[in-house]
Amino acid sequence: MSSTFDQVATIIAETCDIPRDTITPDSHAIDDLGIDSLDFLDIAFAIDKQFGIKLPLEKWTQEVNDGKATTEQYFVLKNLCARIDELVAAKGASA
Amino acid sequence: MQLEYFHMIDRIVDLKVDEKTIVVEAQVPKESTVFEGHFPGYPLMPGVLLIESMAQASGFLLLGVLKFERMPILAAVKEAKVRGSVFPGDLMTLEASVAHEGSGYAMTEAKIRVDGKLRANSTLTFTLIPFPNSDMRGYMNAVAARVGFPQQAVSP
Repeated sequence: MSSTFDQVATIIAETCDIPRDTITPDSHAIDDLGIDSLDFLDIAFAIDKQFGIKLPLEKWTQEVNDGKATTEQYFVLKNLCARIDELVAAKGASA
Repeated sequence: MQLEYFHMIDRIVDLKVDEKTIVVEAQVPKESTVFEGHFPGYPLMPGVLLIESMAQASGFLLLGVLKFERMPILAAVKEAKVRGSVFPGDLMTLEASVAHEGSGYAMTEAKIRVDGKLRANSTLTFTLIPFPNSDMRGYMNAVAARVGFPQQAVSP
């Protein structure tokens, strides 16, 4: 089974037509990969479906806007993948 | 239907909030300034207005699912296909369903039929925003009343 990062990187590559080999765990989805908010909805949709979760984009955006979090915490891919793993684990625990 | 005012939907036929589906009707007018240009001698509904009709049907569905707490705004159109022409005087039946409800966004799938025949379909993405002001909220309440939005469907 491929890692969360591999799956997310493949989703990003296919959704945004970004060469897969340019996507690394340290890539910032917005600053490095140039993904805009509308494209990120497609990525969120694909992640939601693939992992059976609901990425809390509104909550994250609010936290960034309020200065309570940085975009790096959610949009650097290794951090994004860690959040996904947490959500998957939480879903498994509540099932 | 009043094309010039973007009033695309005439009546909500069926809204199932739990199943996240809606059926609406839209009577295409026999005459409209739109048809004077699209096209002289061969009037037909512009494809973009068919997409707008599917977006509005989806919008009423999302308003119901969200209990009028958010306003759906069209953000992306995918896989839109116009499979056959819609002419002045046609009665369109539109169906929409929620394909995915995300955080702050939703995706729907919508279809237009005339006399049971599929004329258009699309997958649509909406951002779900708080109502920006009371004017818009009031306007949407009036629109909902005009199309017979079943308020009991969203009552607690």
